[in-house]
This record gives sequence, C-alpha cells and structure tokens, in this order.
Amino acid sequence: MQLARVIGTVVATVKNESLHHRKLLIVQSLNKDLEPQGKPLVAVDAAGAGVGELVFWCRGKEASFPFKREDTPTDCTIVGIVDSDQHVSRQ
Amino acid sequence: MIIARIVGTVVASQKDARLEGKKLLIVRPINLDGSDTSGYVVAVDTVGAGFHERVLVVAGSSARLAQNMKDAPVDAAVVGVIDTVDIMAPEK
Repeated sequence: MQLARVIGTVVATVKNESLHHRKLLIVQSLNKDLEPQGKPLVAVDAAGAGVGELVFWCRGKEASFPFKREDTPTDCTIVGIVDSDQHVSRQ
Repeated sequence: MIIARIVGTVVASQKDARLEGKKLLIVRPINLDGSDTSGYVVAVDTVGAGFHERVLVVAGSSARLAQNMKDAPVDAAVVGVIDTVDIMAPEK
C-alpha cells in the first residue's frame, strides 16, 4: 500500500458495469516526506475519501478485494484515510 | 487505473480463442492535462469506446476481472469512458 493525496475526481458515465456507483478519484503518490512522487493514477474509492485528503491505496489484484472481488476490474483502490498529515511519523 | 487516449485499433485473426470477439485498441497513456506520454498499450475494450476518446485503462491481472473476460489472457482492459477530469490546485 502507498500513501497518496487525493488531487481530483474523474467522471465516467460509460463504464464497466461493476464500477457503476463507484467514486473515481485521482491520487498522487507521496514519498515519506509527503512530497509528490511519480505519476497520478485513477483510483476507485472504498473508504469514502474526498479531494485533498491523505489516503493510502492498494495496487494490483488485491485492489478489487474491497468490492465484489471476482468481477470488479480495478488495480488501484483507496482503502484508508489517514487522520491527518501529523499522523504520519517520519524517521 | 491510468487515463489514456485511444489512438488506434488492432486486427488479429490468429489469436487465443478466449480473445475472439473482443475489440483490441491501441491506447496511449496521457497526462492529466491531456498531453501525450510515451508508449502504447494494446488493451481489450469492454465498454464500446471510440477513436480518440479518453478512457480508463486497468492493467495487470485486474484486467481479467472485467465482464466476459474470465480466463482470458489479458493484462490491459478499457473499463470506462471519461467524461470529465477535475484537478484541484496543487498544494504543498
């Protein structure tokens, strides 16, 4: 799982049936200093996150596990919301 | 998932039986501002996307989880057609 900041939203009316009613958010991955790292991705929301929030997301096949895992095609899912930036301890 | 633009199609008569009847598209990953990045991916279409549309592409084994894709040898699938993308101003 990786830390990321939700930086935007995506609207897609025509989409795979199993993604209906799912919120699509754009996440920017962060390094340990909470600075942007790598390219933004589109994530399915499983935690009720919103724009601006610090979240962690899951990649790969496991990303479909929060939903009906056999038929939800997602490789990037937000699975948790970090309480605040201060709740990330850095060494 | 990544955002990509459809830039072409692929026709392949000889292919795995489980890919028969599926539309193959050439998609190019794009940045949030719509500019092209490098590289292409051949993806299976599951939503009926058209040329030059912005789409959502799922990569890896999750691509197989789209409808009618069980056991198909696929690692990239188009699963949505994007209407709009909204980005908030970057903050530090």
